[in-house]
Amino acid sequence: MKYMLLTYGIPAPGAHLEASGNGAEDTLLAEIVETGEWVDRAPLADPALTRTVRVLDGAVGTTDGPFTAVAEQLTGYWLVDCESMGRALELAALLAGTRTVAVEVRPLMDPSGMEM
Amino acid sequence: MNERPADIGELLRPLAPQVLGVVVRRHGQFDACEDAVQDALLAAAVQWPVEGVPDNPRGWLITVASRRLADQWRSENARRRRESTAAALDGMDAAPAADVDRAGAADDTLTLLFLCCHPALSPPSQVALTLRAVGGLTTTQIAHAFLVPESTMAQRISRAKRTVAGTEFARPAEAERTERLGAVLHVLYLVFNEGYTATSGPDLQRPDLTREAIRLARQVHRLLPDDGEAAGLLALMLITDARRPARTRPDGALVPLAEQDRSRWDTAPIAEGVALISATLARAPVGPYQLQAAIAAVHAEAGRAEDTDWPQVAALYRVLDVLAPGPVVTLNRAVAVAMVDGPQAGLDLLATLDSDERIGGLHRVPAVRGHLLEMAGDEAAARSAYLEAARRTTSVPEQRYLEDRAARLPL
Repeated sequence: MKYMLLTYGIPAPGAHLEASGNGAEDTLLAEIVETGEWVDRAPLADPALTRTVRVLDGAVGTTDGPFTAVAEQLTGYWLVDCESMGRALELAALLAGTRTVAVEVRPLMDPSGMEM
Repeated sequence: MNERPADIGELLRPLAPQVLGVVVRRHGQFDACEDAVQDALLAAAVQWPVEGVPDNPRGWLITVASRRLADQWRSENARRRRESTAAALDGMDAAPAADVDRAGAADDTLTLLFLCCHPALSPPSQVALTLRAVGGLTTTQIAHAFLVPESTMAQRISRAKRTVAGTEFARPAEAERTERLGAVLHVLYLVFNEGYTATSGPDLQRPDLTREAIRLARQVHRLLPDDGEAAGLLALMLITDARRPARTRPDGALVPLAEQDRSRWDTAPIAEGVALISATLARAPVGPYQLQAAIAAVHAEAGRAEDTDWPQVAALYRVLDVLAPGPVVTLNRAVAVAMVDGPQAGLDLLATLDSDERIGGLHRVPAVRGHLLEMAGDEAAARSAYLEAARRTTSVPEQRYLEDRAARLPL
């Protein structure tokens, strides 16, 4: 099963620089590369660089932001392929550290299916 | 010309475990031997289409794998300042074929299966290692089959190999044999399901895992003809796979068993599976795979959905529920019971699952409840049960099917 681990934290200037030295992330990466559970990951750039596209009545509109007042923002994602939700939660717990205050664990939809 | 490599692949893959078995028994070090055999298989896939298939393909592969192993050890030795184990390497290139008898090769395939399904490995690792070491698939093919990056699959396989590297290359002791064989059959079942549930996507590189699982199950059955469960698993796979042409519409939508066009079922594997399970049930102690195969056989023998012998199906599920109890069995049994005694009887059985913690987020409970409520004529409740199931599933085609069922019912 594939799971997306969405990390939430307080984006600070230079956070992406710290990311490479982030102990929790290094530990997790080393662990899941070794076990063959790692699929993909990326930190997100500062929310100040966000732009939003909306289509209204056929017209495409692009705006800066959103610049929300929420302190905790989406800071990155990890895509893992592991045995169970339990295991995904274990991996998420490794991520929670100084920069990441919460990790949202979401199962991905699978293209396979069984008839009923 | 395009068919040549495929033909070579068909020829090579059954040889993979035989060659690996010989090489491991001779030189030890499962880990290194497995790499060497993969190298030999790749070399054959490149050379044979051009140079022709050698007279003794297995001997050729053993020789090439042994040479690779020798090369590897020599270079490692060089790195370790030429520690002198060279003597041990002498004679590795000797002609191998003569001492390889068929019985030994058969034993090796089974021993390898036991090793790849070692209890120290997680099921995904067992599956990956089995497909590579016994199935002869490349890491790239296995990665494609499970839709993960190649590096991820390579790591999973090499870790699995290291985990079992210290294990003696021998059959498990008699005392643990039944349990270990159970793990082997379960791995083949997982491989089959992975292939069977895959919708025919655009990715042509995905190998046909269903066919591979059937090939390996056939091999296990041939090696252990007296084992009822090995026979049961093969029969179950044959009968289930025969329904494949009817289980999806051209647009990929799932078709439930009751609505499948049975004229599209593949009759030859059904006949083989039904004969196999009938013969097995008559002589072997009954087990879960045999019961599932028997149930599949009852469905296969009904020319139309309404001809299904539901009392028979319900009786078989009742035995299965005793032998291998679990929420999924209860779910299926609820459907059969509803067909025999009416929807309320099925719903009552389903209600026993409400307190079952193992069921967790299983979307099949509301899916079956929706089906039974629809049978009972309670369309509004059926609709909300289908929608609840659609929300809970993580399968795209199942979600689509459940949403379609809900959409057929009035608000």
